[in-house]
Amino acid sequence: MKPLEEKPWDTQPWLDKHKKPFLEIRGVTKKFGDFTAVNNVSLEIYKSELFCLLGGSGCGKTTLLRVLAGFETPTEGKIFIDGVDVTELPPYERPVNMMFQSYAIFPHMSVEKNIAYGLKRERLPKAEIRSRVEDVLELVQMSPFAKRKPHQLSGGQQQRVALARALVKQPKILLLDEPLAALDRNLREETQFELMNIQDKLGITFIVVTHDQKEAMTLSTRIAVMNKGQFVEIGTPTDIYEYPQSRFTANFIGSINIFEGVVKEDRLDSHVVRCEDTECDLLIDRDSSIHAGESVWVAIRPEKINVSKEEPADHHFNTVRGKILDFGYLGNLSVYNVELDSGKIVKASAPNRNRISKHRVDWDDIVYLSWEAANTVVLSG
Amino acid sequence: MNSKRNYYLLIGMGFGFAFLYIPIILLMLFSFNKAKTTTTWSSFSLRWYQVLFENDAIINAALISLRIAVISATVATIVGVLAGIALVRFGKFKGKTFFSGLMVAPMIMPEVITGLSLLLFFVALEDLLGWPDGRGMTTIALAHITFCIAFVAVIIQSRLQGMNEDLEEAAMDLGGRPVRVLFDITLPLIAPAMISGWLLSFTMSLDDVILASFVSGPGSTTLPLVIFSKVKLGVSPDINALATIIIGIVTVGVFGAGWLMNKKEKAYQRDIQMAVAANK
Amino acid sequence: MNVNSVKLNDQTIAIEENRVPPTEKPVVRSGKLRHLLNAFEARTWRNIVIGIPYIWMLLLFFLPFLYVFKISLAESIMARPPFSTLFTWVGDAQVSINLVFDNYLLLLQDALYTTAYLNSLKIAFVATLICLIIGYIMAYGIARAQPTMRNILLLLVILPFWTSFLLRVYAWMGLLANHGIINNLLLAIGLIDKPIQMMYTNFAMYVVFVYSFLPFMILPLYANLEKLDATLDEASADLGAKPVTTFLTITLPLSVPGIIAGCMLVFIPAVGEFVIPTLVGGPDSLMIGRMLFDEFFANRDWPVASAVAVVLLILLVFPFMLYKHFSAKQEERSP
Repeated sequence: MKPLEEKPWDTQPWLDKHKKPFLEIRGVTKKFGDFTAVNNVSLEIYKSELFCLLGGSGCGKTTLLRVLAGFETPTEGKIFIDGVDVTELPPYERPVNMMFQSYAIFPHMSVEKNIAYGLKRERLPKAEIRSRVEDVLELVQMSPFAKRKPHQLSGGQQQRVALARALVKQPKILLLDEPLAALDRNLREETQFELMNIQDKLGITFIVVTHDQKEAMTLSTRIAVMNKGQFVEIGTPTDIYEYPQSRFTANFIGSINIFEGVVKEDRLDSHVVRCEDTECDLLIDRDSSIHAGESVWVAIRPEKINVSKEEPADHHFNTVRGKILDFGYLGNLSVYNVELDSGKIVKASAPNRNRISKHRVDWDDIVYLSWEAANTVVLSG
Repeated sequence: MNSKRNYYLLIGMGFGFAFLYIPIILLMLFSFNKAKTTTTWSSFSLRWYQVLFENDAIINAALISLRIAVISATVATIVGVLAGIALVRFGKFKGKTFFSGLMVAPMIMPEVITGLSLLLFFVALEDLLGWPDGRGMTTIALAHITFCIAFVAVIIQSRLQGMNEDLEEAAMDLGGRPVRVLFDITLPLIAPAMISGWLLSFTMSLDDVILASFVSGPGSTTLPLVIFSKVKLGVSPDINALATIIIGIVTVGVFGAGWLMNKKEKAYQRDIQMAVAANK
Repeated sequence: MNVNSVKLNDQTIAIEENRVPPTEKPVVRSGKLRHLLNAFEARTWRNIVIGIPYIWMLLLFFLPFLYVFKISLAESIMARPPFSTLFTWVGDAQVSINLVFDNYLLLLQDALYTTAYLNSLKIAFVATLICLIIGYIMAYGIARAQPTMRNILLLLVILPFWTSFLLRVYAWMGLLANHGIINNLLLAIGLIDKPIQMMYTNFAMYVVFVYSFLPFMILPLYANLEKLDATLDEASADLGAKPVTTFLTITLPLSVPGIIAGCMLVFIPAVGEFVIPTLVGGPDSLMIGRMLFDEFFANRDWPVASAVAVVLLILLVFPFMLYKHFSAKQEERSP
């Protein structure tokens, strides 16, 4: 089947101004005593999104998820799901279900009973419960284990049961608290794609809490980066990685080099930035919000830096000289820590396209780092 | 590990266990003594068991004690479980500090004080309301329940603290209302703690002398009270026989429970190992 | 981030092909009434769970104790109940409060009571100390035994605890009596030629106290020692410490919480103990638990018995507060 004519908001509904959000968080604050876990956050999530809340421990992401599930009542603010105010509803009345980080599988019930538990609470007819349990077991490929007790399952199988138990309720929104954190690394990658497939198939809105930026990048349609109970940035994985707005996001997701400087000159399609740490000036793309005389942070990702032993031909802008302080061979790529004359350390990485028998560079080698103006980002705060 | 140190430790432990067990073993041994002395051995006989079973006062007291113990343990377990849940699962509430203080206080309060205050209270209550009508099984049971609630609450509390709250939250998330969740998830999972709590309450009730001394009435002499008044006059071989029976029942019970738990635990571990192996 | 955009494209195709619309759940009924009902249900539930044990303990534990406190401030009279009332109505809306501190003064003035209090504290303290020494050795031995042996040894410690306290005291009566097993044995060997008086002495009290309370000492100590990582010992040995040094500098300091818990569990009930002094204690080993009992039943002096109880409780609250303070500090320290 040929895909129909696509508008960008078919896959990116947040770009459509007329589309109604499926989940609306309006100015939610949650305080525990003096501690503010979630501080006045607002967010709109659309149907069938796979939305990630990303942040370090204690950033408030799990609290926000628990507020959505109904385990915590917000100190302030409102939550609407599909247009209905659910702020005051207890967990057992909400059309959302949660997959716990610990999986929280009832140890005294078989896989089947665990999954049927939620349906029984809805007082559905026995036949329907049975068929829905069978279907969902099929979906997560756990049918042969229906009669097992939780302790007879491996970690990966338990994860599937936890997922199935929440999915079988056909929630409007599925909340997943660190769904993959407890799995081995290999299993984690495999499960990641399975999770995406299932979400795809059912079209249920997923909200995933994670501290793992790679996981967030692969899984989600959009990511909200959280820090100190607030959203630092919300955007697609590409936006967040390639065009971070703040130093926090830039540092939190991947590694990045940040140069502090002052805008020296506004040109037609670019700005020239004077930076204390570099000998030459930095060139950045034209940005209407920047004016000469202002302080800015110019950021460049390590993989976008070109490392060479020879001085580049055109080295007027975006070229720095330094000596190799450290380098590491990671197999697919090599990383370098280069110390500039000013003492600033710049990280660079390069893919190992050809098999190398010998390191091309050595400690204390002098190298030249250069990059394109288009690859730099200007950070606001 | 240093073997010499190990050796000293073993000797120390040997003495410790000898100290714990020799009196009990001698006590049991002399229950089979034919002579009416519990100190010099004459010959084997079951005579004192016969004497014991012909003693209606002791048999009656034992029955009364058992009845009180079953009632006390059951009520104390119910109330203690509620107290444990309130302490662990309800976060902060008004008067929680006082509440948790009240729940542990009977464990620290010397039993003579608890007994005295309950007796005075019952007397005052009777003068005021006409209830309880004298002292008897009711008052003993009330005293035992009050005393045992604390112990059950502590056992339940530590079990609940070790139990992931996620399980109850998950059940609620799946649509279980609070009361449902209690019966579906919480109670089955704390069942072992409830059983320990019940057994502890049962034995404490069966063993109590002090509270019963205060709040018992003429028609409600419990087994410990009979033993106590008999023993105050000196040793008597039929008490040895009674002790032997009680110790026998307890030993069989404790070892039986231990064996069962061990077996279950082993099966559980084996399942986990198989699950891990199957995953590889 | 090519992967992501590819994935997004795949998703649109997949949606076209095999998306099954999820069956709509019935719309959540919302509204004030519903909220109220939910809040009511949750609150009623909480109130029941908290309320039942709360009311029970208030009625049958706290109130009776307040009543004892009240009586301790009354005068002993020949009546039923045998004490004077604190509040008497004098004319209209006038209350005369009749507090009597005589009972407390009596406790201070009468040497019998002060001796009994001091004696109780002394006996409990010495018994706790002996329990600690024996209990520590045993708990340490069990904690360092083979894992399979540990549970059996622990069971052996608990087993006597499950048998009747009264019968454990009784077991020693046969051993310690003038014509008891120990005396008979010593006579038979020829070590002594007339029985040693052991029953009804302080010696008997100590033996039986230690015997009865030993499990209470071993269990918390074991719980603490078992949690100590055995590799700490090895690390200490590896760094050149002799076993004794390791014990004194590593094991002992780390087991302080267990020691304190064990001592509290032995000391507090020992002070108010009634059965042991009654059965094996002599006339010179007066203990306050027994005094209280006698005061109440033999002398029928309710106010004095109540005062004895109140003072005993005050004596016990102090070490308990100390313990609470200490364990709270311990908890703060451990993350």
